[in-house]
Amino acid sequence: MNKRLPFGLAMVLLFVPCLLLVAFTHYPALRALLNSFWNNASSRRPSKFVGVENYQTLLEDDRLAQIMLNSTLYALGTIPLAIGLAIGMALLVNARLPGTSLMRLSFFMPTMLPMIAVANIWLFFYAPGIGLASQILGVFGLPPINFLGSTETSLVSMMFVAVWKEAGLFMIFYLAALQAVPENLKDAARLEGASATRIFFNIVLPLLRPTTIFVAVNALINAFRLVDHVIVMTRGGPNNSSALLLYYIYEVTFSQRDFAYGATLTVLMVCLLGVLAAVQFWVLNRKAHYQ
Amino acid sequence: MSAPGISLEVRNLRKSWGAVDVLKGVDFDIHAGGFLTLLGPSGCGKSTALKLISGLESVTAGQILLDGQEVTGKAASDRNIGMVFQNYALFPHMSVAENITYGLKVRKVAKATQQASLKRVAELMALSPLLDRKPAQLSGGQQQRVALARVLVSERPIVLMDEPLSNLDAKLRVEIRSEIRALNKQLGITVLYVTHDQSEALSMSDTVVLMNKGQVAQIGTPKDLYDRPANTFTASFIGTPPMNLLAAKDVVLPDWVASRVSAEQADLLIGVRPEIMHILGDNADFSARCTVASVEYEGSVFLVHLRTQTGAAFILAHHGPDAPIPGGEIVVGWGNEQAHLFSRETGRRISSS
Repeated sequence: MNKRLPFGLAMVLLFVPCLLLVAFTHYPALRALLNSFWNNASSRRPSKFVGVENYQTLLEDDRLAQIMLNSTLYALGTIPLAIGLAIGMALLVNARLPGTSLMRLSFFMPTMLPMIAVANIWLFFYAPGIGLASQILGVFGLPPINFLGSTETSLVSMMFVAVWKEAGLFMIFYLAALQAVPENLKDAARLEGASATRIFFNIVLPLLRPTTIFVAVNALINAFRLVDHVIVMTRGGPNNSSALLLYYIYEVTFSQRDFAYGATLTVLMVCLLGVLAAVQFWVLNRKAHYQ
Repeated sequence: MSAPGISLEVRNLRKSWGAVDVLKGVDFDIHAGGFLTLLGPSGCGKSTALKLISGLESVTAGQILLDGQEVTGKAASDRNIGMVFQNYALFPHMSVAENITYGLKVRKVAKATQQASLKRVAELMALSPLLDRKPAQLSGGQQQRVALARVLVSERPIVLMDEPLSNLDAKLRVEIRSEIRALNKQLGITVLYVTHDQSEALSMSDTVVLMNKGQVAQIGTPKDLYDRPANTFTASFIGTPPMNLLAAKDVVLPDWVASRVSAEQADLLIGVRPEIMHILGDNADFSARCTVASVEYEGSVFLVHLRTQTGAAFILAHHGPDAPIPGGEIVVGWGNEQAHLFSRETGRRISSS
């Protein structure tokens, strides 16, 4: 019954996936690391080893400092908000209320749209004067705001789009986790006299912790990974006020064609994400309960 | 140490889920400190009754009285009822100590009192060395004892138990069974116990309420249910194996029954316990000629599967060094005082005098 695979086929099955993994993940990563220690080649002279020179540039780059601040604010703003909103929406659609399936669909809809489409929809919302956002402000007698065109509001506007798009996906994870919380645990707490709020904070929320770890890591990666809306809506502007790290890497590498510095920035981002994910797992895991 | 138990009365309890009537008017009561078991096959409504009494579900109609006071409309937390759940419902992210004191914490009992109560209950339930563990690190029996400790620490006068032993192995079941019984007797707590296992019900309870399809089939002491089943449902539920019910035409009847059958034209069922019949019963008051279909060996007893001449199957529990040989023909008999008569039409017991 347990027929042995021919050796040749086994090798093919082993090497094809390995080849793909090496070609598109490991080699580029290693190459980026190597490139970050070399300068750019030109038609007159080949690339040459420069040691940590690129990393010194990194430390002196004022634009990078601004972008790191943007990325930090973006992550700190979107992740907790998206998670909070996702839990709220999951609780809402998990309650036995009429119309929950319609609600579920509408909460999940933004997630199904591609980011480019989402960005275009929000371009209309944010359009100064005629957009939905300006019209709402108008109803309250407030002056219109150029959401994407001013340095004060452009980053916050990007954050709104991200939260709007991501919360629906996270809601699905929380909904699944909520439905896995045994009913009799809530019954037991209720008999002890715990209120609904207390049951949520003492019983339900701790049991959602594995989901929160998963969602938080994903949200963090997404905060650095998703820049489609920045490209479509603001191109990092005005005056770098909405530029994020990945957008900057894209711009340096493919607009300015500074491959060496682009590789250096990439190494920075990978290290940053690795450290953040490790910290997140460590902090949340200490108190997490896996059944 | 605990407050003495209180009485519970249930009057005409009804519950419907949409068009489905789960409970169709159930009445019973427990005296203070009593041990009452709701027994029945799955789906008979016994767990629903427990949820209604605890207040976790609202009643469709009927009254629930605790200590003479009506609590039907009260919230679960205001009824002062403790409950042990089928799969224990321990909070998986809390330690044993946190699980036990959770209720005290919610009700803002002073820290020192909490610790004193915890210590006392942990000693009583032999949990002291396990207080820092998480429920997942405990065996089934230990989890069960934590669930009991959590109920005891609150000193509730009445405790509901929903099939608390169903997840344990047979040996542990017998152990915890006697622990629960001892708690009921020593502490004087009223216990309302739900199970589908008749040996639990018969061995632990003061009173058994046998339920069938949302109604009470019979209420009585375990001995009542076994000795004088009020109807064919009780007869065919209680006992392992349960009582045989034979058609009158398959049995050689004594004169007093035969005359009654012909006088009233009543169609009777003759009930007899498998363990009471004996072989070679030609001279007994009741007897039946039958063939031996098969024999099961059960250690202390042989279960002999028999067939009457009309093909009806019944069982003889035969003690003795050897069993009848399959395929052979035998006569089994029993006495007047061991026969139970039921009306085939209504299923009710007919008094034998």
